[in-house]
Amino acid sequence: MKRFIGFIKKEFYHIFRDKRSLFILFGMPIAQIMLFGFAITNEINNVEIAVLDHSKDATTTEIINKISASKYFSISQFINKESDIETIFKKGKVKAVLNFEKGFSKNLIKDHKATIQIITDATDPNTANTVSNYVNAILQQYQKELNKDIAITYQIVPQTRMVYNPELKSVYMFVPGVMTIILMLVSAMMTSISITREKELGTMEILLVSPIKPIQVIIGKVFPYIFLSIINATVIVLLSIFIFKMPVQGSLFLLGFESVLFIITALALGILISTISATQQTAMMISLMGLMLPVILLSGFIFPISSMPLPLQIISNIIPAKWFIIIIKGIMLKGVGLQYLWKETLILIGMTIFYIGLSVKKYKIRLE
Amino acid sequence: MKTILYIIQKEFKQIFRNKGMLPIIFVLPIFQLVILSNAATFEVKNIKFGYIDNDHTATSRALIEKFNASTYFNVLTDFPSEVLASAAMLKGEVDVLLEIPHYFERDLQKEKQNSLGVTINAIDGAAAGVENVYVTQIVQRFNQSIKVDLLQVSDKQIQPIAIETIPLFWYNKTLNYKTFMVPGILVLLVTMITLFLSGMNIVREKEIGTLEQINVTPIKKSQFIIGKLFPFWVIGMGLLTVGLILAKVIFNIPMIGSLPLLYLYTSIYILVILGIGLFISNFTDTQQQAMFIAWFFTVIFILMSGLFTPIESMPKWAQTLTEFNPIRYFVEVMRMVMLKGSGFKDILPQLLKTAIYAFVMNALAVWSYKKTN
Repeated sequence: MKRFIGFIKKEFYHIFRDKRSLFILFGMPIAQIMLFGFAITNEINNVEIAVLDHSKDATTTEIINKISASKYFSISQFINKESDIETIFKKGKVKAVLNFEKGFSKNLIKDHKATIQIITDATDPNTANTVSNYVNAILQQYQKELNKDIAITYQIVPQTRMVYNPELKSVYMFVPGVMTIILMLVSAMMTSISITREKELGTMEILLVSPIKPIQVIIGKVFPYIFLSIINATVIVLLSIFIFKMPVQGSLFLLGFESVLFIITALALGILISTISATQQTAMMISLMGLMLPVILLSGFIFPISSMPLPLQIISNIIPAKWFIIIIKGIMLKGVGLQYLWKETLILIGMTIFYIGLSVKKYKIRLE
Repeated sequence: MKTILYIIQKEFKQIFRNKGMLPIIFVLPIFQLVILSNAATFEVKNIKFGYIDNDHTATSRALIEKFNASTYFNVLTDFPSEVLASAAMLKGEVDVLLEIPHYFERDLQKEKQNSLGVTINAIDGAAAGVENVYVTQIVQRFNQSIKVDLLQVSDKQIQPIAIETIPLFWYNKTLNYKTFMVPGILVLLVTMITLFLSGMNIVREKEIGTLEQINVTPIKKSQFIIGKLFPFWVIGMGLLTVGLILAKVIFNIPMIGSLPLLYLYTSIYILVILGIGLFISNFTDTQQQAMFIAWFFTVIFILMSGLFTPIESMPKWAQTLTEFNPIRYFVEVMRMVMLKGSGFKDILPQLLKTAIYAFVMNALAVWSYKKTN
């Protein structure tokens, strides 16, 4: 035991001696969470729109004013002919063009009907669709104002209540995601590298002939990183509470427990990676190339899992990050306890045991 | 010249000798392009829908039927009580909950107006917004249909004014997400591979100690750097080619613009990335440090590139930051050239900025590279 503690001490010294890595290790998560919490949003704001007004009358001017008054759009230019649409779309800034038909006001009075084309640059389907919907909503509102003297017909009005995130802040979506990415990659990457580093530099052999058992070598190497990751997780949670005003509706204790569990899962994955790679380079490429995109794309961090094709929904189940994101959102935003999260928790525990079991099987006591 | 060729040869041999790396360089990215492009969609569908019907009349059932018929909402659950319904929402089994009040039909007939409880799980704010639009649309359509069914006296005397909107979706009529995402993800893969490989390469020799051996040879600094980086440039261009072919064959992504233009841009772009990689290599002592820094910038570059979330929606200061993000320009150029057929003049701003970036990065990298320790 004393030897083992000595070994852990050595590992700590090893990490703390490298000031630059430490700085990166703690500075990075803070910088990332600040950037993303403030900057990244999938809301639609300030979309540049151009107007092609064939009519230029009182009604079209009023509609244009209504649209430019909305925070979603800024009308950046007026064009005069149809062929200009293609030109400005190719430049890339303008995302939509409103095309008013000739004699708009006149048609509205005479036929009670007039037409607007909403032409969108649909290379980005999300923006195109949202712009189209928002313009439509503004026009419907305007139409209602014009029709206010007409007797009302039957009307069912939905009273919508947005629960768990009433202001629809996208930071509520991104903070748990960024926290997951950081913990996952930092923990998995660090362990896999620190173990393969010993192999590559030849010092692993020295460790293996020492009286410390192989299992103790692994635990000794992983232990300091558990400690570092816990500090990282704490910093991230504090930042999200105090700077981004994320609520913690549920138990802080449970959040701590689940974070430690997830850190251990990621570390176990790191150990597994280190057993299958011979060089640091391979280990890093596997953890970066193999983990980064799947964690970003398949965890429900940015894209809703329920909209994915079925095979991908099934694959997403093997991504530990998916379960952790469900857990964090559950505790922080919904305020639920273990009675709602036991399934996700068990899955993470199961994955951890599986990775460790597999590593033990693959771990060779003798090096070739 | 001959020296450079030898170094290049040596580097290629070294890359291809490492059998473990080959699949990571070529197979993993391709695999990810093919699989993950399917995951990147903001489309909101398969919404988990539940309802509590306190009215049990023809009208309430007709309304629920409308939701049932819609393609967006698929799992319909009938909850007998509000308690069970909110528990299901906490568990994440339902995302949208419709509550039809008692005496819904009677009050509607009497007062011509009635309200309806809708609860939406808004943790994903953007999805919640879209779900709200869907619900409103279905209810509005229902309003129009009950006009006909429940209206006893016709008041057709006054015809309401209607502004008709015709939405037209250019360049991507079916609003297919893959058309948007595949070129972007290809950008990511090319960038990540070239950055990680080049960022780790020189520092690896430093760590193992072989760099000193090279330093005592008569190889010039510039020859060494060019020889080191050229293979990665080739790998990057190779990945782009394979990716473009797959994009066409598997996803049928259009290639409206000029292919040579795309290659011209990419050839300059990879120089930027290689410059960054070399710069990182110079400032770190171990592969671990190099990787952390590369990873740090990659995550920031990816998430702030406009690839997944629009740049226009970011606050002004963040938009200014994206000006320094090379991935941003590559994503823009790929989408513009491939999907819209933008020409040389249209992408000139991006091309110029990237070229300046490439020059500055490589100058810095070469300047900071010291042959002697």
